[in-house]
Amino acid sequence: MTVKVSLTVNGKPAAAEVEERTLLVSFIRETLRLTGTHVGCDTAQCGACTIHMDGQAVKSCNILAMQAEGKSITTIEGIASADGTLHPMQEAFRQNHGLQCGFCTPGMVMSAIDMLRHYPHPDEATIRAELDGNLCRCTGYHNIVKAIQAASQASA
Amino acid sequence: MATPYIGVPVQRREDLRFLTGAGNYTDDLTLPHQTHAVFVRSPHAHARIRSIKLERARAAAGVVGIFTGADVAAAKINGLPCGWLITGNDGKPMNEPAHPILALDTVRHAGDGVAVVIAETLAQARDAAEQVEVDYEVLPAVVDAVAALAPGAPLLHEGAPGNRCYTWDIGDKAGVDAAFARAAHVTTLEFVNNRLIPNAIEPRAVNASYSRADDSYTLYVANQNPHVERLLMCAFVLGLPEHKVRVVAPDVGGGFGSKIYLYAEDVVLTWASRQVNRPIKWTADRSESFLSDAHGRDHHTKAQLALDKDGQFLALRVNTTANLGAYLSTFASAVPTILYATLLAGQYATPVIHCEVTAAFTNTAPVDAYRGAGRPEATYVVERMVETAAREMGIDPAAIRRRNFIRSFPYQTPVALMYDIGDYEATLDRAIELADVAGFATRRSQSQARGKLRGLGYACYIEACGIAPSSVAGALGARAGLFEAGEVRVHPTGKVTVFTGSHSHGQGHETSFAQVVADRLGISMDDVEIVHGDTSKVLFGMGTYGSRSLAVGGTAIIKALDKVVAKGKKIAAHLLEAAETDIEFADGQFKVAGTDRSKAFAEIALTAYVPHNFPHDKLEPGLNENAFYDPSNFTFPAGTYICEVEVDPETGAVNIERFVAVDDFGNIINPMIVEGQVHGGLVQGLGQALNECGVYDSASGQLTTGTFMDYCMPRADDMPSFKVATHGTACTHNPLGVKGCGEAGAIGSPPALMNALTDALGVADFAMPATPQRIWATLQSKQQRKAA
Ligand code: FES
Ligand code: FES
Repeated sequence: MTVKVSLTVNGKPAAAEVEERTLLVSFIRETLRLTGTHVGCDTAQCGACTIHMDGQAVKSCNILAMQAEGKSITTIEGIASADGTLHPMQEAFRQNHGLQCGFCTPGMVMSAIDMLRHYPHPDEATIRAELDGNLCRCTGYHNIVKAIQAASQASA
Repeated sequence: MATPYIGVPVQRREDLRFLTGAGNYTDDLTLPHQTHAVFVRSPHAHARIRSIKLERARAAAGVVGIFTGADVAAAKINGLPCGWLITGNDGKPMNEPAHPILALDTVRHAGDGVAVVIAETLAQARDAAEQVEVDYEVLPAVVDAVAALAPGAPLLHEGAPGNRCYTWDIGDKAGVDAAFARAAHVTTLEFVNNRLIPNAIEPRAVNASYSRADDSYTLYVANQNPHVERLLMCAFVLGLPEHKVRVVAPDVGGGFGSKIYLYAEDVVLTWASRQVNRPIKWTADRSESFLSDAHGRDHHTKAQLALDKDGQFLALRVNTTANLGAYLSTFASAVPTILYATLLAGQYATPVIHCEVTAAFTNTAPVDAYRGAGRPEATYVVERMVETAAREMGIDPAAIRRRNFIRSFPYQTPVALMYDIGDYEATLDRAIELADVAGFATRRSQSQARGKLRGLGYACYIEACGIAPSSVAGALGARAGLFEAGEVRVHPTGKVTVFTGSHSHGQGHETSFAQVVADRLGISMDDVEIVHGDTSKVLFGMGTYGSRSLAVGGTAIIKALDKVVAKGKKIAAHLLEAAETDIEFADGQFKVAGTDRSKAFAEIALTAYVPHNFPHDKLEPGLNENAFYDPSNFTFPAGTYICEVEVDPETGAVNIERFVAVDDFGNIINPMIVEGQVHGGLVQGLGQALNECGVYDSASGQLTTGTFMDYCMPRADDMPSFKVATHGTACTHNPLGVKGCGEAGAIGSPPALMNALTDALGVADFAMPATPQRIWATLQSKQQRKAA
């Protein structure tokens, strides 16, 4: 059974006919070919697939594409300015070497942006606790924490 | 121009694409007309396959092809090879049972591949795979190495009686026995080095295709060493002509060893892409990664350290049983032998050492190199023994280490290695200072006042990196050389493309290698591009593992750069009408010595490609050089880690209060990248100590830690921030003086943490991973004993 899904992705309308069981992450990666959103697990544990849906960070592997009907979605491809200027969080990750292989990075950045919406000036313990849904195997988290701290200070 | 790049924390050029979603990982690739594969895997740890029925699966929607072990056998495809031949102490070669790419009649671990289903869409492949009917006769399984070696254990392979791969030893057994006879003190411990599951966040992935137009194959694969993958696959498994096979490892989302190996899926899909004449894509889901990626560690060790009355080490005796899993993976046999026992001297002048290792087959996923590979296991043995001996003898743990440090170099260890240089005292001193060991006693009493237990532990690790001098590796059983290749292509405009056989999957080579090249040539980094990971571009490569990229791969580039400069001097001599011997090259200028006549690098590059008046008998056009570098020795990074923990006896929770790492990596090209490597390594090591354990159920042989919900990956809130510093002694035998930094953190941190934890708990030993539940139980029973 297929179903038509229409939504807004990175500010632009997108629509496609997909199988009902299609996960939102597959819709983003395969149907829309936005491959910056990654898949790192099958149990909604790693956070590599994190995107924003109506302004909230969600794990796109854990919902169906059809559940996003009519919603507005932002992926890692959609957060820099149109002129290519990085989002302050992207810039902070770069400045602080908050990424190595880059695979967890899109999910980390999307989670971190959401984190600062809830906690504009988090301390280290808050950052670490809030990163609970995102796994990174490369960085040991040290520089990710630093990057988020730096981004929160930059926006002070 | 002074050296503007080496030693500077230059920001990574790879970051922009990763931060904007523009990375290009294997699963991001979609080829025209591509199909999707799903593997049917054994649900049993050990079983005979009675029959496989494919009719229903074949009839399922969208199916393009289904292949089983019988098809593979009919196509005369060999099993997967092992790259390292270990000769046992009986003088016989190790037992090397076949490692089929799809099971023929027997499955030997849960997740063993039985069939591959290829369909138009992934969903269709999944649906069809569920229709494959396999009739299994379940056999008894054994998952523990010690149990597998016991008489009467279920036998995995006819060719490996008693499930033994080899029993191997190194060192002077008689000498060790004699030293123990005169010891004033003997420390004895028995450890399990827990099984780890690498879990790079990018799962393994393949996209294989065949072109009828020129009878060639292209394999995109998440892999750490594409040339080795191609060589092994072509020469040993599929019998394909190497020049007709292109292997590309594009952006790779972490490896940690697990993406070194030639895996069955890579081979099956390359072969099958020709059978179905369509590209085939496969990406492991995480559950599949848990079951089928090569695991790490899993040693059972008994160790004894003999000391004189002053705490001087007299001898070390080690006996290890290593679990190799169901089949020999690519490097598996070398990990618990060559990469392990040779490191048992640590930083100490222990005069005699003997180590015997028995490696066993079990009904578990193959075990191979995982970050550190053998060296973490060795360091764990040495550093837990040393700390325990100090406590038993009432000697300060730092003092006992100082008493035994190697102080003059080069130093020949009793276990085959020759350390070229180090300064162990310096890294220990610096770590003690940074960790404020002096204030520990106060902090401990403060913790006590709050009802908490505080402990401090050291680890002084050493590792052998820059793998490897081929002659040494060959003498130790390696079936390949372990050199590296590099090529420097200077374009007519003076821009430079460098091709390296090393592979970057997070290490930042595109940045750090460019720093080296730009400095050497005196040009801007913007004019240097680093290319890696594609056999059709890079001339050859042994890949990235064993912290070898800069020490071996970087040196190959340096050698090629030297040739570029030598040729440039010839061209400059011609242009400046001077003798070649009078030309000096510095800061991007070829200069006639003692004059102000010079030519910039870019002018020389242009001339090389516009050779209108070259003396053709003396000077060839072009400026493109390559080099192969085979190191003369390993490099020996070393350092001291100090860990301070606080335990809450009410809950058993461990808090890492401080962690200091002081490393000697030799010279450093990019300190930011180096620190990042240390952080990541530390968390992998601390994850082993506190969180992670790959557990198979001993009765059913099922992997009970098969998802991120059961296998406890370290998360941000399990881990502290770190204090890291370096103190470098330049490596003596490579031109950059570098040693390698990728694995140190994972090597030194488990014993540092466990030394701190045992100190806090006041127990002689504690098994990894130190989970709150086990700590709490230990404290409870200790209390009960006290009360009784
Ligand atoms: S892929 Fe969504 S949480 Fe792992
Ligand atoms: S940067 Fe590799 S997993 Fe986070």
